[in-house]
Amino acid sequence: MTSELDIFVGNTTLIDEDVYRLWLDGYSVSDAVALRVRSGILEQTGATAAVLQSDTMDHYRTFHMLERLLHAPPKLLHQLIFQIPPSRQALLIERYYAFDEAFVREVLGKKLSKGTKKDLDDISTKTGITLKSCRRQFDNFKRVFKVVEEMRGSLVDNIQQHFLLSDRLARDYAAIVFFANNRFETGKKKLQYLSFGDFAFCAELMIQNWTLGAVDSQVDDMDMDLDKEFLQDLKELKVLVADKDLLDLHKSLVCTALRGKLGVFSEMEANFKNLSRGLVNVAAKLTHTKDVRDLFVDLVEKFIEPCRSDHWPLNDVRLFLNQYSASVHSLDGFRHQALWDRYMGTLRGCLLRLYHD
Amino acid sequence: MPGKLKVKIVAGRHLPVMDRASDLTDAFVEVKFGNTTFKTDVCLKSLNPQWNSEWFKFEVDDEDLQDEPLQITVLDHDTYSANDAIGKVYIDIDPLLYSEAATVISGWFPIYDTIHGIRGEINVVVKVDLFNDLNRFRQSSCGVKFFCTTSIPKCYRAVIIHGFVEELVVNEDPEYQWIDRIRTPRASNEARQRLISLMSGELQRKIGLKVLEMRGNAVVGYLQCFDLEGESGLVVRAIGTACTLDKLSSPAAFLPACNSPSKEMKESPLVHPPSHGCRSTHNSPIHTATGSRLTQNFSVSVPTLIYTGMGSGSAGKEGGPFKALLRQQTQSALEQREFPFFTLTAFPPGFLVHVGGVVSARSVKLLDRIHNPDEPETRDAWWAEIRQEIKSHAKALGCHAVVGYSESTSICEEVCILSASGTAAVLNPRFLQDGTVEGCLEQRLEENLPAGCGFCHIPYDELNMPFPAHLTHCYNCRKQKVPDVLFTTIDLPVDATVIGKGCLIQARLCRLKKKAQAEANATAISNLLPFMEYEVHTQLMNKLKLKGMNALFGLRIQISVGENMLMGLASATGVYLAALPTPGGIQIAGKTPNDGSYEQHISHMQKKINDTIAKNKELYEINPPEMSEEIIGSPIPEPRQRSRLLRSQSESSDEVAELDLSHGKKDAFVLEIDDTDAMEDVHSLLTDVPPPSGFYSCNTEIMPGINNWTSEIQMFTSVRVIRLSSLNLTNQALNKNFNDLCENLLKSLYFKLRSMIPCCLCHVNFTVSLPEDELIQVTVTAVAITFDKNQALQTAKTHAEKSLQRASTDNEELLQFPLELCSDSLPSHPFPPAKEHLESASSNSGIPAAQRATSVDYSSFADRCSSWIELIKLKAQTIRRGSIKTTVTVEKASPVGEGNFRNRSSPPCANSTVGVVKMTPLSFIPGAKITKYLGIINMFFIRETTSLREEGGVSGFLHAFIAEVFAMVRAHVAALGGNAVVSYIMKQCVFMENPNKNQAQCLINVSGDAVVFVRESELEVVSTQQPTANCQPACAGGEVTT
Repeated sequence: MTSELDIFVGNTTLIDEDVYRLWLDGYSVSDAVALRVRSGILEQTGATAAVLQSDTMDHYRTFHMLERLLHAPPKLLHQLIFQIPPSRQALLIERYYAFDEAFVREVLGKKLSKGTKKDLDDISTKTGITLKSCRRQFDNFKRVFKVVEEMRGSLVDNIQQHFLLSDRLARDYAAIVFFANNRFETGKKKLQYLSFGDFAFCAELMIQNWTLGAVDSQVDDMDMDLDKEFLQDLKELKVLVADKDLLDLHKSLVCTALRGKLGVFSEMEANFKNLSRGLVNVAAKLTHTKDVRDLFVDLVEKFIEPCRSDHWPLNDVRLFLNQYSASVHSLDGFRHQALWDRYMGTLRGCLLRLYHD
Repeated sequence: MPGKLKVKIVAGRHLPVMDRASDLTDAFVEVKFGNTTFKTDVCLKSLNPQWNSEWFKFEVDDEDLQDEPLQITVLDHDTYSANDAIGKVYIDIDPLLYSEAATVISGWFPIYDTIHGIRGEINVVVKVDLFNDLNRFRQSSCGVKFFCTTSIPKCYRAVIIHGFVEELVVNEDPEYQWIDRIRTPRASNEARQRLISLMSGELQRKIGLKVLEMRGNAVVGYLQCFDLEGESGLVVRAIGTACTLDKLSSPAAFLPACNSPSKEMKESPLVHPPSHGCRSTHNSPIHTATGSRLTQNFSVSVPTLIYTGMGSGSAGKEGGPFKALLRQQTQSALEQREFPFFTLTAFPPGFLVHVGGVVSARSVKLLDRIHNPDEPETRDAWWAEIRQEIKSHAKALGCHAVVGYSESTSICEEVCILSASGTAAVLNPRFLQDGTVEGCLEQRLEENLPAGCGFCHIPYDELNMPFPAHLTHCYNCRKQKVPDVLFTTIDLPVDATVIGKGCLIQARLCRLKKKAQAEANATAISNLLPFMEYEVHTQLMNKLKLKGMNALFGLRIQISVGENMLMGLASATGVYLAALPTPGGIQIAGKTPNDGSYEQHISHMQKKINDTIAKNKELYEINPPEMSEEIIGSPIPEPRQRSRLLRSQSESSDEVAELDLSHGKKDAFVLEIDDTDAMEDVHSLLTDVPPPSGFYSCNTEIMPGINNWTSEIQMFTSVRVIRLSSLNLTNQALNKNFNDLCENLLKSLYFKLRSMIPCCLCHVNFTVSLPEDELIQVTVTAVAITFDKNQALQTAKTHAEKSLQRASTDNEELLQFPLELCSDSLPSHPFPPAKEHLESASSNSGIPAAQRATSVDYSSFADRCSSWIELIKLKAQTIRRGSIKTTVTVEKASPVGEGNFRNRSSPPCANSTVGVVKMTPLSFIPGAKITKYLGIINMFFIRETTSLREEGGVSGFLHAFIAEVFAMVRAHVAALGGNAVVSYIMKQCVFMENPNKNQAQCLINVSGDAVVFVRESELEVVSTQQPTANCQPACAGGEVTT
């Protein structure tokens, strides 16, 4: 006796959250059944393995049918085939678009292309996330990217509107899209200590301050592309390190203000010129796409690592960066105050977030 | 020119991409009614076109309005080649034809294609202007309301229940016409869908005409079925009960004490699914006279009494002119009716006087081509024959009427089994015709009989019983005689006094048969039928006893025929009726006393059986009070000498003598066993696993003994097909496979719905079919309803204590709106103290107390077997080694009760989301009140695929299709302005596959009543009765998850 056909269709579509998770995690039906058995469900409910198998198959089939709709969440809301209460719909969507930290770290900043997709095998092996789940997550990134690119208005709003994600998740996707668009390097060994959250935080600051959207809210891709003009202008900051007088003045202003307040004052004093050169050079190089991509590598190399090797406490870093930014206003010969603030305001935020072990 | 149909095409959305180059579609719409077609403009390059068309107007006869569906086709415009069809929408405009229902159909309809399924949606507005037409000779029957619900619909009152109406129409099946060889599958499917739509329209119109002739204005319990006879054609037939209904005007909401209008009391709130009966008759003698046609008549004595009800002519000619009717009224109206049948399963209080038992008839026919579709006489004659038989069975039971009547067919190649069944009953004539009172009935309506047991009292003459029965005095009133077991096809009457809870009981059976052709095949089948009926019956009886219960309601026996086997599946809801005697246990006796190990084995089995009975009694809370004269503490399982009844053994005659009760004759209930089979049977009895704790199940509308429903419901359909390995095709292996299939299916359901616990599966409806040689298909539709466990517990505790109030609470338990009772009458209060109350109450409701209190006795002996069974027994005995005895303990049940009024349990969870459409096979929605019936939904869909694997195999294909069918039903209901379908039924689900060709096809037919309901919590003025403490956590606004 073999079961040829075995289905269950409810007027309200049954969604089992646990099975949904297993499905999202890319387990095959048999693996999912095995995992469910291990969870002790048979003992709790007195069901048999056959029942569990049938139930799992059924849910998988439902999810498979729902998947097409999940690719365009507004469709899920308006479709008539599956009657699903709104709270469940929200859950389906949110979970479908959720991603694994380990996976996103691998893909963040990479081009969402077929080439990357081919590497998913390796990512799967490396992270222990099933290939199926990797594909779903990758396809989600790509789908969101495709939909919102060349679109007007706020990136987060666009994502939220087209994918009905929670605010939190929409922000994360905005970061992913932003990184993918600008191809920031995040995979280097020295960047491994950074979490997705660190990058997302920086992305948000950069979107707010460094993109076209920061100055003009009526252009396509306003939140995705960096403001070219701004990057061009950043060259002007070079004077801060090129002009020796200015550099000395800057240093003395900072040192005067921080004397006695910094545990690592002497290290700071000794390193000031290096640090300042690092920060300003990063700015000056941003005209080249290649250097834009290496932004985070440069920040870590030029600032984070030197400070860390001298064991600066985070608070000292904060005091230093605040003073370092603010003192520029007192440099009479320096005319690009607004530019400096736009650059340093964001950079300060990023550096403080990136400064940890 | 009696009507103007107006249609407006507003917009489309989610259309499929029809032009690969642009990824867009140039859509336009054709609107067709009859022979007239209109077109919208082409909406270029859009998947969400806005047509906003003008009003397309069709001027048509109302006859056409009833017959024709509105056909909307969405196409993709193509400049150079033929336009491609995207899909269609058929809209039945019948609901617009009667005034109280919907006034406009407006909404989003799924665009359906028989090959691709749903492809986007279209927004349509439809209106009808009807002109009054006084033409007496008209052919239309606009204005007659149709209800699938098998009770008087909630917001109506039955003035007169006229009786049976039936009709059938036949046609050639387009699938089998020559043209089908040259047209595409899509064209062929669409031709079929259109034809069936047309035929059901015509059928409904013709039935409507009959109703008008009878001066009725509605058909209740309307059941329409298709017989796909293959080469020989397509039959669409329908039965129903003609009524004159009055709309209740009362704006329900505002009775403070009870949440529903008192008037509702008059209507019986319970409805039950159609069920089939089991006392049966087979037509089997074969007349070969006509050459190719077999008429077989096997008569098994089936107690059926038919009493009232006006039957219409069987052939569907004129039903009954008024004059004839008037004449009839002066005589004994019912007996004059050709078929005093009622498709209702629940009745207004006082309507049902006595129940005699289940009556059924089957007949095996050979199909031949229907030569003249306009004269479907053969099919009419077949059904007339069967109905006649049913009628005579009912007569034999001393009954005048058959209630809970239904008909069905099973077809395999050219053999067709026609089945009909119902419950013989004596009815109160008051409802049947105004002003007519049956003399003979009056005698029986003794006022002082308590109502809680009246329907159980035997309707036949004790001294002249139609079959051997075992009678005792009613355990409730002690005055009338009752049978020891009662089988019926109806719902548990509202006023019945039950003890404990009910449960689903199924008998399952397979029998192999040789493959044969034509007459030989039909003969083989008809020879097998009585054996199957007998065994099914025995199984039911044994399982009933094993549950410690004494009555079955909602009995439905389905016999399905396949190429090489027959399957029988009986489902019913077992209960313990307080009026009937405590069932005896089951005792096994070995036939070879010398064999020690055998004896030991037998006693071991016996112990297991006793344990099971005891466990079941606890599980279902069956603890009837002991009567004072009883010996203290006699748990049922202990066999009692004095009442032991040994059946089926020839040597048992001396034991029979011990019986002091009134059954003089041999008890007919036998379990036939030979050595192996015996063990098998006993084992199978014991392998039926009870549902997990927190779950109950029944196939009636509501679960006896559970009253505190909460508002969460989940209707579902589950389908399973198994392939038998051809190697082990023995009856035993088959039975086991079939049994496992059903049990596993139930287990799966319990597992899937575990998040709803505590809950009850109601109206569990199994259908079995044998689509191919080694395939068995089981389809289940049911609804899971949550209930409040706390209250249930409470009830259980007080159970034993308050016996006096028992009956009244029982009544309430059975009502879905229990509080109605407290203001208006406890219509069936069985005890004298309640009498005054009752009278005053009934005066409110306009029903004389006398009739409410009426009880007549009837008994069912459903299980008595008649002579044909005896015959079988003889045969069977030759191989029998062990046998099962039934022990009857003489214990008397008296009403016990939990006196607490139950609180309304519908929690105030509003049905928040707009657009949610509930579906349920029940006639009501828990915790809600139906305020309007919008019309009948009757839809037929075909889906075909030539890319089965790509669509996820057979499971993926059917899963998607059923989901689509649900979606289309919901969309139609929503467009009518409704928010639920009640009395929903999937009448057909025919699935065919050809995996080698990567093809599959499925036909589904569903129906139900579209309604508007309002949550009681929204209606309610906060009443003192609602202690609100019982907000169940479980109620999540209809949200169901696992």
